[in-house]
Amino acid sequence: MSASVLFDAPGPRARAWTFAGNVLGAVVAIGVAVWVLIQLNAKGQLSWDLWGPVFSTRTWQYYLLPGLVNTLRAAAFAIVGSLVFGLLFGMGRLSQLAPVRWVCGVFVEFLRAVPVLLMMVFFYGLFGVLLPGVSDKAFLAVVVALILYNGSVIAELVRSGVGNLPRGQREAGLVVGLTEGQALRSIQLPQALVAMLPAMVSQIVVVLKDSALGQIIGYQELLRAGQIVYSGDGNPLQVLTAVAVVFILLNVLLTVVAHRLSKLLSSRTAAAPLEGTGIGNPTAVAGGSRV
Amino acid sequence: MNDYLSGLGSLVERYDVLGAFWTNIQLTFWGALIALVLGTVLALMRISPIASLRWVGATYVNILRNTPLTIIMTFMVMGVWTALQLQLADTFESNFFRLAVVGLAVYHAAFVCESIRSGVNTVPLGQAEAARAIGLSFLPAARLIILPQAFRGAIAPLGNTLIALLKNSTVAAAASVSWETASTMKTMIEFNPNYLWGIFAMFALGYVILVIPIGVLTTWLSQRLAVQR
Amino acid sequence: MRKHTMGLLAMAAATTLTLSACGGAEVGGESEGEETAAGGEGITIGIKYDQPGLGLQDGAEYTGFDVDVAKYVANELGYSEDQITFKETPSANREAMLQNGDVDMIFATYSITDERKEVIDFAGPYFVAGQDLLVAADNTDITGPEDLEGKNLCSVTGSTSAEKIKTDYAEGVQLLERPGYAECVTALSAGQVDAVTTDDIILAGLAAANGDGNLKVVGNPFSEENYGVGLPKGDDRCEDINAAITKMIDEGAWEDAVAANTEGTDYTPNADLNPPTPEACA
Repeated sequence: MSASVLFDAPGPRARAWTFAGNVLGAVVAIGVAVWVLIQLNAKGQLSWDLWGPVFSTRTWQYYLLPGLVNTLRAAAFAIVGSLVFGLLFGMGRLSQLAPVRWVCGVFVEFLRAVPVLLMMVFFYGLFGVLLPGVSDKAFLAVVVALILYNGSVIAELVRSGVGNLPRGQREAGLVVGLTEGQALRSIQLPQALVAMLPAMVSQIVVVLKDSALGQIIGYQELLRAGQIVYSGDGNPLQVLTAVAVVFILLNVLLTVVAHRLSKLLSSRTAAAPLEGTGIGNPTAVAGGSRV
Repeated sequence: MNDYLSGLGSLVERYDVLGAFWTNIQLTFWGALIALVLGTVLALMRISPIASLRWVGATYVNILRNTPLTIIMTFMVMGVWTALQLQLADTFESNFFRLAVVGLAVYHAAFVCESIRSGVNTVPLGQAEAARAIGLSFLPAARLIILPQAFRGAIAPLGNTLIALLKNSTVAAAASVSWETASTMKTMIEFNPNYLWGIFAMFALGYVILVIPIGVLTTWLSQRLAVQR
Repeated sequence: MRKHTMGLLAMAAATTLTLSACGGAEVGGESEGEETAAGGEGITIGIKYDQPGLGLQDGAEYTGFDVDVAKYVANELGYSEDQITFKETPSANREAMLQNGDVDMIFATYSITDERKEVIDFAGPYFVAGQDLLVAADNTDITGPEDLEGKNLCSVTGSTSAEKIKTDYAEGVQLLERPGYAECVTALSAGQVDAVTTDDIILAGLAAANGDGNLKVVGNPFSEENYGVGLPKGDDRCEDINAAITKMIDEGAWEDAVAANTEGTDYTPNADLNPPTPEACA
């Protein structure tokens, strides 16, 4: 699509150039790939002794799959929690009452500015003091930190989702006799939510990726499970690659779902569907041409 | 209260909290610089008419953007440095620092690329058509019409990427940069649990102070430079 | 439209509930019948998962000297083997996991030190190891900690062994910190560090499991590490644990466990210091 903005329809000479560039690019790309493989081979990193254990049932049954379950579990709790949190605080930021707006705004901006890892470390320490009897505090710390951060991101999504609606939507609501609050709840929010759905699916990508930080406070998610595997087998490069591939497949799948969703939903809302960037700052998209 | 504050103050000196923040600022600076260069190259590849380059750019972005940064950081030390024996400096301290910078850069380059691309996408087709209509060929059209507008459209997402990079610099902890903020905070809390709230408030506030100006600046810039349509 | 959104929300919530019903997965073992950490039906014991010969996760099993002692002590305290839940306690997280109640006690090559005693309690010691160095088998210039000046050393995050070398022996040593010893051994095998330091018994196990005969323990221990049982501050089971350890030593089960877990290494514990007598409880 961008190509059509930047380029005229190519003539025969431009086509020849493009073709030459295409071949050259492919040769360079393949060359780099081959060079990497040669380097890997020279360091003995392609040996089956190192790759074999990655594909064994034992590795997956006892280490990686349980780790994956823990990753998904933390992500599932975090995404539902941040949805609730995000809706509450997003509505708070759109409230008619200035103090509510203000408090929610400060809270959300604060949470968006603090690194998730710092929050995890803090909550891990805090739960130790607050919840002495509860096991699995690392899990709780991971989930709560992810909820607070991603919830504040979703709160922003809610706000910008409503802001992106054409003004006429709210005005039409007021004209038929709804109050501001009623117009927000029954006209603006539902459409904003539909527009946000793809972005929320993308936000799951962020949650999944950030759950790997749990490793640092000792939560046994997929990456930590991988570390235990390569501790035994001495093949960090291979196991890390396998773990990364699992994350990439999951996330690509989610991104595809988000994209499909945004196409599907575009007829159901007056706002343009938002797609997240996967870095957790939705304003990158919300700040597009519609603002 | 005063005892608490002075106790906290002595902790700040003992654990060199300011030095830790300085480390993260440096990580962010170098990471952002390399990510900007690499990301721009990737963006050019992705909008170029050459299919193979577009494919390489897209593959890079899809792989890097979907991998947890923690894995990339662990990979820098255990994969690149240990298994592939790539050494970036003579002393360990700067070696791990540079490995962390590279890890941050290759990850965020994917987001820089997408930011720039989204900037290009804000330019309406009519602009390019108008440019060609008045006789500008590709390069002048790109230089005078498309890119200036694309750059303005990319400011907000680039600013967001920079903020994310600053916060993500704490993940350098996974690349053995044990003197940065997250590791420092973890050690401080472990050995001084009674200062838990104070320690967290201090570090959190530090990041708020660093992040807010970047946010305000990019919002201001992107609004000031926004193309009226 | 609203109904539609709510439906999706409900679906997401349902998915979570399903997942939560499965409970957390125990990396490396079945977690069925797990109760809360403190008290109740079972007992949660912190061990290492990545130290061959001491605490190692081997598929669904846990093996090693720490594990054997832990099982014996738990048994003496009235817990059968299926009431024990093992949990990984990496070096950097041990104090926090005890303070937080994530585990009831820790058998994880946990040296008794005054600094740690300020935040947790110890029972034992049940073994005395000494800090030593692991180097490449053909390395002849490192015979003790003094030789590390200007060399590269690896140790784990949160352990004191590396700090000790830096302050007491070789100021110019360069430190790599990783979350587990096995990562250090990987770096040593790759030639990126010259030595790995920690306690001799740990190094022996690592060399036997990961070294393929290319690594050796220097054999010149320069400290005395008393492995204790980590307990939360104020725990009342210290006396019982000490009695169990004494019984284990008297019965000969201790000796059997040492022999079984150091098989295949050329390591023998320091006979002057082992087996130790547990200290009086605080």
